[in-house]
Amino acid sequence: MDGWLADLVSKYNYWIYVVLMMIGFYAMIRKNNLVKKLIGMNIFQTAIILFYISMGAKRGGGIPIVDKAAGLAGAIRASDIVNPLPHVLMLTAIVVSVSVTGVALAVMLKIYKGYGSIDEDQILERIKKS
Amino acid sequence: MNHNLPVLTLTFPLLAAFAVNLLGKISKKHVAPWTLASLALSAAASLLVLAEVLKNGTFTYTVGGWRAPYGIELVLDPLSALMLVLVSWVALIATCSALPSIKKEMPGREHLFFSLYLILISGMMGLVITGDAFNLYVLLEITSITTYGLIAMGKGRAPLSSFNYIIMGTVGACFYLLGVGYLYLVTGTLNMADIASALPSFHESPTIATAFCFLMVGLWIKMAFFPLHGWLPNAYSHAPAGASVLIAPLMTKVTVYLMIRVIFSIFSPQYAFLAHPRIQTLIVWAAVVAIVAASLIALSQRDLVKMLTYVVIAEVGYMVGGVWLGNEKGLTGAVFHIVNDALMTLCFFLVASAILYRLGSARFENLHQLFRKMPLTLAVLVVGALSVVGVPPTCGFFSKWYLLLGGIEAGHYGFVAALIFSSLVNAVLFFRVLEIAFSVNHDETDGEELPVRADAPAAMIPSLLIVALALLAIGFQAGPFISQVIRLAVPAL
Repeated sequence: MDGWLADLVSKYNYWIYVVLMMIGFYAMIRKNNLVKKLIGMNIFQTAIILFYISMGAKRGGGIPIVDKAAGLAGAIRASDIVNPLPHVLMLTAIVVSVSVTGVALAVMLKIYKGYGSIDEDQILERIKKS
Repeated sequence: MNHNLPVLTLTFPLLAAFAVNLLGKISKKHVAPWTLASLALSAAASLLVLAEVLKNGTFTYTVGGWRAPYGIELVLDPLSALMLVLVSWVALIATCSALPSIKKEMPGREHLFFSLYLILISGMMGLVITGDAFNLYVLLEITSITTYGLIAMGKGRAPLSSFNYIIMGTVGACFYLLGVGYLYLVTGTLNMADIASALPSFHESPTIATAFCFLMVGLWIKMAFFPLHGWLPNAYSHAPAGASVLIAPLMTKVTVYLMIRVIFSIFSPQYAFLAHPRIQTLIVWAAVVAIVAASLIALSQRDLVKMLTYVVIAEVGYMVGGVWLGNEKGLTGAVFHIVNDALMTLCFFLVASAILYRLGSARFENLHQLFRKMPLTLAVLVVGALSVVGVPPTCGFFSKWYLLLGGIEAGHYGFVAALIFSSLVNAVLFFRVLEIAFSVNHDETDGEELPVRADAPAAMIPSLLIVALALLAIGFQAGPFISQVIRLAVPAL
């Protein structure tokens, strides 16, 4: 029991990522309002960003800007600096996430113009009527 | 040979996308020549790349001079070169038909449509040749975002279908990204070949198993593997006809190719197939369920395009099942079927887009007497139908034959039965369509004169004929085609 609890506490960032992901999932599946679905999708993507960021972080790690001479001489220990690569990857992932959100918002605007609502049930009802 | 050909192949449509957007604002006359010229150039370049790869073997291209594993490399092996040819030629043929149909469907906005369309094509070309797992994610999202936009340009319910696709597609891509994250956590690299060389020592690690599951499920969502197919039928049938003629043949097939790439280039067949035989059997059974269920749902459709979308989903089951049989015959069948199915789906959606162009709707009740109105279009549909049913001279027979042999060799008779069942259902589906097309609806035509002949517009006819001929030519030349191209393209087990 003790080991389990220690595991939970020491890797709390990974647990937060899982919880966030489930919140996003729940919103995408359960919510009828399209905006809420979209926000769920964003939370889902943010959870993955947190996962990657945690991956690169180190306790007591410094910023990954090092002196070239020291680096070539092998005087830099990898455990002293955080790994910048996952963080850089997440910049790309954020760009992707922003573009998807932008397209989704534009599509939603078109849905609203077409049906006068962004509630899934109401839209389906209006499609049935027409 | 010019060393830069692989990267040029995908640069032509990418640059043309911007040219089309800018020049199209001035005059719509610029759209067609730029689109067609760029695609013709990349189709020619892709053939040169394939010839080079078949002659001299696999080569890699280092983008921007940044050496792998730090930079992104493009890997040109026989399989990816074959896919490159497939994507560029299917795109070229589809575009000949998309140009007139988009001109009619959204006059004045062609340049916007075609700039997205070209970016989608170059994204797909990038997907098939990239050798970097994270770059693959970015390209996957480029193709998906452009697809969302293209689908949302349709009429009526199209934006709603597109929105559902956005949600599902993003979940799929996020799962893929998570899988890559777990792989990076263990191996510390993103280059596929580099990951593959580091992985064997971690085969027992649960992190790797998690990564594998996330990658597979992510790709299955993107390729609409049966229980995860919910987004596809509406998205593809509500999209503008000019968009679905490109998206339907290529997107699912490219994703099946990516699954093969992940299994063989990142992981190893030993890991995927031999380490967990139970899971392998389970996935083949899932493919069986996919084939049977999608075929049955296709039977209940009353609209030609909707019906075709379920045929596409059943075919995804064929290919996933074929790959997961885990023997050489099944894999040969699956790779060959990727080529054949892309051409067959292209054939069907070209026919559907010609019908939509003339009649405005492809519901079965509108198709009466179609053989009088559009005899040529219908003849092409007959060739496609024979191929998807699997009648010998057409190419569909040969890939199905290999899939059947693979099923028998693996002793998986459920898969064999599902293939035969689905062929029979396809026969019923298409003979029903043909029967309607040859029949007269007596309620409507009482006392009316015979309908006038108005076949597909002249711009669509070449692509219809080319794809019908291709289906027959690959069928007639199946022996040499398999031994000289497909065999080389099938990854070693």
